Amino acid sequence: MKAFKQAFSVARKDLALELRTKESVNAAGAFSIAILILFSFAFDPFSEAIHELAAGLLWLTFAFAGALVFNRGFARELPNECLDTLLASPLAPSSLLIGKAIGVFFLLLLVEVVSLFVFGVFYNIRWWLHPGELALTCALASWGIAITGSVFGALTVNLRLRELMLPVIIYPLLVPLLVGAIEMTNALLGNQPFTSYEWLWAKVLIVFDIVFTSLAIALAETILVN
Amino acid sequence: MREKLTIALAAAGGLLLVYDLYQIFLVLPDEAMQGPIYRILFFHVPAAIVGMVGYFVALVLSVLYLSSKDLKWDSLAASVVEVSLVFSLVNIVSGSIWARVIWGIWWTWDARLTSALVGILIFLAYLMLRRAIDEPTQRGRLSAALCIFGCVDEVIVWKSIEWFRTQHPGPVLSIRTGGGHMDPAMERIFYLNFLAILLIATALVLIRTRQEATTREIDSLRRLAHAM
Repeated sequence: MKAFKQAFSVARKDLALELRTKESVNAAGAFSIAILILFSFAFDPFSEAIHELAAGLLWLTFAFAGALVFNRGFARELPNECLDTLLASPLAPSSLLIGKAIGVFFLLLLVEVVSLFVFGVFYNIRWWLHPGELALTCALASWGIAITGSVFGALTVNLRLRELMLPVIIYPLLVPLLVGAIEMTNALLGNQPFTSYEWLWAKVLIVFDIVFTSLAIALAETILVN
Repeated sequence: MREKLTIALAAAGGLLLVYDLYQIFLVLPDEAMQGPIYRILFFHVPAAIVGMVGYFVALVLSVLYLSSKDLKWDSLAASVVEVSLVFSLVNIVSGSIWARVIWGIWWTWDARLTSALVGILIFLAYLMLRRAIDEPTQRGRLSAALCIFGCVDEVIVWKSIEWFRTQHPGPVLSIRTGGGHMDPAMERIFYLNFLAILLIATALVLIRTRQEATTREIDSLRRLAHAM
């Protein structure tokens, strides 16, 4: 219980800081919109084919925009030795990691909501027809991105090649998560309710989230404490 | 002792490989359906098994490093990953050549091909991460964490993409099918070639581990010289 309280304190601090400065949300939001505009030049936005590509475009956009959010998660603690101070405090390393992931998770959801509105307008796609299933897909995939991004954001925070290393490590690891999210979103954007196939992918996402969160908690001290 | 073991393994693997090459290219007949290209199987499958098993050996070694903090486990894990990566590349390149002849394409987004490619990307990142860190204990700690995440992810990729789509041929070895899919003479050479590749891979790991130990020694001497 104490660990959860600590994690939520970290998340609250990060979210308050982000809502005050809006540095990564603004960057990620602007990046998503720019990518969606660029995609409209690569594909005809009003062709039938766009319905087949839409889910892939959306999740690629979310994954790339997510990098801007989780990259800042631990990097913002570097000035003034804030990270060392956090680690020297009674806060458990796993609570710090989970707290950071919770903060990233909510920021990612915010970026996704903004992008979905822009996507609906630019590409004439009705993404709101199955809101419950779409919310479930976004929540499961965003938590996977948030926890993986936070773990490897922490792992690379002190490296001289941080900005280069993080995407190289993250994106191959996110393959099963993104495949699942794309398959589930594909059905929703085509106005199809989930069948057993999409629920199978939902299970993959749940397994990914549980396994990666457990590993993050188990390895938090190894990753964070030098 | 270790040097003698390395030489013995490399020599045994090399001699066995020469015998296998003779059998594969000059004795065994062409396969009825695929023609001569089926011979890639003798290298493609053993390379895949050696590569995949190597990643999981590296996982065990990484856990051993994290629990003991002994750098020898870290060096061994890095060596195993490097050698496994080479065999994974052999697997994927040989598979592509086979696919070009049989399917008419170099690549398809098939379950096994995709999971093999993702494995290569994850462990390439592992090697890049090691290069980006100078301090040996930090390097060992962080790369061990990545290795653990990478292996777990590889299992999820393997299982999840299997549900996605597959056109890769099914198993042919009698150990998996109960027999009837492969001629016993071909299967005997397959196992002999697998043994040869395994011996060569083990010798390569031993050579790489020794190089890692030497590199570590040179690094610590350099640090000592800087401190003085």
